[in-house]
Amino acid sequence: MSAPTLGRAPTIDVDPFCDEVLADPIPLQRELRAAGPVVHLSTYDILAFARYEQVHAALVDWQGFQSAAGVGLTNFRTEQPWRPPSLLLEADPPHHDAPRRVLQKILSPRALRSLREKWFADAEELVDEVFGHGPRVVDIDAVTELTEAFPLRVFPDAVGIPQEGRENLLPYGDHLFNTFGPRNHLVEEGEPRAGDLLAWTSRQCRRDVLAPGGFGAEIWSAADRGDILVDQAPLIVRSLLSAGVDTTVHGLSAVLHAFATHPDQWARLRETPAAARVAFDEAVRWESPVQVFFRTATRDIEIGGRTVPEGHKILMFLGAANRDEQHWGAEADRFDLGRDPSGHVGFGMGIHQCVGQHVARLEAEALLTALARRVERLEPTGPPRRHLNNTLRSWESLPLRAHLA
Amino acid sequence: MSSVAPAQQSGPVAEQASASTARVAEIRRQADGVVGIVLTDPAGGRLPDWAPGAHIDLVLPDGTTRQYSLCGDRWDAHAYRVAVLREPSSRGGSAYVHDSLREGDLVGLGGPRNSFPLVPAPRYLFVAGGIGITPLLPMIAQADMVGADWTLLYGGRSRNSMAFLDELGRHGDRVRVAPQDETGLLDLPAFLGTPREDTRIYACGPAPLLDALADATADWPSTSARTERFVARERSGSGSDSSFEVTLARSGRTISVGRDETALEAIGAAGVDVLSSCRQGTCGTCETTVLEGRPDHRDSILDDDDRQAGDCMYPCVSRAVPGDRLVLDL
Repeated sequence: MSAPTLGRAPTIDVDPFCDEVLADPIPLQRELRAAGPVVHLSTYDILAFARYEQVHAALVDWQGFQSAAGVGLTNFRTEQPWRPPSLLLEADPPHHDAPRRVLQKILSPRALRSLREKWFADAEELVDEVFGHGPRVVDIDAVTELTEAFPLRVFPDAVGIPQEGRENLLPYGDHLFNTFGPRNHLVEEGEPRAGDLLAWTSRQCRRDVLAPGGFGAEIWSAADRGDILVDQAPLIVRSLLSAGVDTTVHGLSAVLHAFATHPDQWARLRETPAAARVAFDEAVRWESPVQVFFRTATRDIEIGGRTVPEGHKILMFLGAANRDEQHWGAEADRFDLGRDPSGHVGFGMGIHQCVGQHVARLEAEALLTALARRVERLEPTGPPRRHLNNTLRSWESLPLRAHLA
Repeated sequence: MSSVAPAQQSGPVAEQASASTARVAEIRRQADGVVGIVLTDPAGGRLPDWAPGAHIDLVLPDGTTRQYSLCGDRWDAHAYRVAVLREPSSRGGSAYVHDSLREGDLVGLGGPRNSFPLVPAPRYLFVAGGIGITPLLPMIAQADMVGADWTLLYGGRSRNSMAFLDELGRHGDRVRVAPQDETGLLDLPAFLGTPREDTRIYACGPAPLLDALADATADWPSTSARTERFVARERSGSGSDSSFEVTLARSGRTISVGRDETALEAIGAAGVDVLSSCRQGTCGTCETTVLEGRPDHRDSILDDDDRQAGDCMYPCVSRAVPGDRLVLDL
């Protein structure tokens, strides 16, 4: 590769995908931001951005930084992707246009209004199941009992997939998000099951499998109207199942962990339940469930005083941008409901910005509202445990004690 | 790359120039009675993304708002191009554009919105009548880019009145130019041929042409033809960036939104947080329920039916119809 060009940027030798960094990326994020607007990662010989300014600029510049060559380390121009590429995540205009347009309409705030009442009721029901009506102090694992349980209760139904096999959703998502990184032990450990998980997921995308009225059936209706091609429909349904579960689970875990460790903020939410939406986005900023994505330069591009050569991958540290003191102020590391988290890049930005963001926000608002009603205080009862993933920042276990109101 | 404003302390992001004002960078004659206008962001930043079939609301200095299809190159994020036909009966709008608008002027911008999107297909037939060529130009560029099989039938009064013939010339015999004073009315049945499942028909032009097309496609599958009627809509008195009042229903407070700020900024400055993200009217995060008053919608999200309902707005870009006070569920 053209080392002289890349080499002019400050070089960092740490592998951002090693277990130590995945377990706690914050120190490396600081180092990357401090090193400069553009950093050379010697492990992969690529350029990376960790400051808000460059990450934001790269995210919105779909003309200069394409997605169709893959949003992971694998360059689809020269290497074979492990699954048929996504029509949304791994596509550029013009091919990206119609799938995005169709899905954006189906998942728009207006379209989701019909789900709101039901999801709020579902959240209350789950919270009542978890906390019962006996003891005033209940110990739970927030991951299995709340943050995995709630999305799995409402989202697959909303898509319209059958009950059977839903246990495959989280492992499929986990492996998919691992594959955006290098082929390290996390990818290797997932590979034996990957074929079966992909096959199962793909089977759920067929028209005859999907319940009427759900997001999946609406995607097929769009094909009937000619808004997308018939053979695009299953892959668009697949996007819902790929990106719609794990990410939301980790976002919800992030916000509950934040509240358990910031009791003053929980008190604030209980006083102002309408702050639930802001709270979730502040947690998405603070924790950045999706930590990184790659793009590929479509031409030589000047950014941050360096040139990214045509065809080269760049790595965007979304999590680092979301804690950049230059943008968020000296207290960027603090989880603070008083902050306006608008403009964070936890959902991305530009034409590829998370198409399901309104779904995630509605799930979070429903769950937080139900919890705020019943729970006076949350506190950790033991060390939380990280789940390592090449792309996602997630918790495997969050042991919490809930003091009921 | 888009330039990015200096970072600031925690608070609203300001890295993208407001999308609500554009500078007229170039005015060029395209045909008899047709000028092409290139618009750029006054701060040199990116303009909001768009796709073929999209139009913008152009708020002219005389206060009229007109809709024009974008007919430039979306791979250039820093410029929009529209083409404006002088309407014989026009008072404001197109007459203003032709007679008074100058390079360097600032105009208000709404959208882009797309009610005429290009759907994927292996084969396209495009039919343009006169200035109706404008939304089809980027469609044609795109069909060509993806290697679709396509043909354009382009009619007009006379060759001199037909814009962009030079640009279309490079496509050779995929483009059939049919000026009425040379070849008479368009022969749509001959152009369309036998109905085919794999073909999408896109047409834009005056009402008689689209009526003729509807007749000519009666035997085609119902999803085959997609049309946009070219009508010179003028909404006078609307849209300029005047100040207006917003009442926040939950607290009963009324705040004033100044000419040079967005409703979102004014509401935030009053201490009420409305979560937002793109601040360009595209992502939908700041959707706010409207209880009273008519919003002047500038977003890229709501379609005409949604706008008719009038029950929500995106305060990052949208404003109030002059004279109306908005009551928002905040």
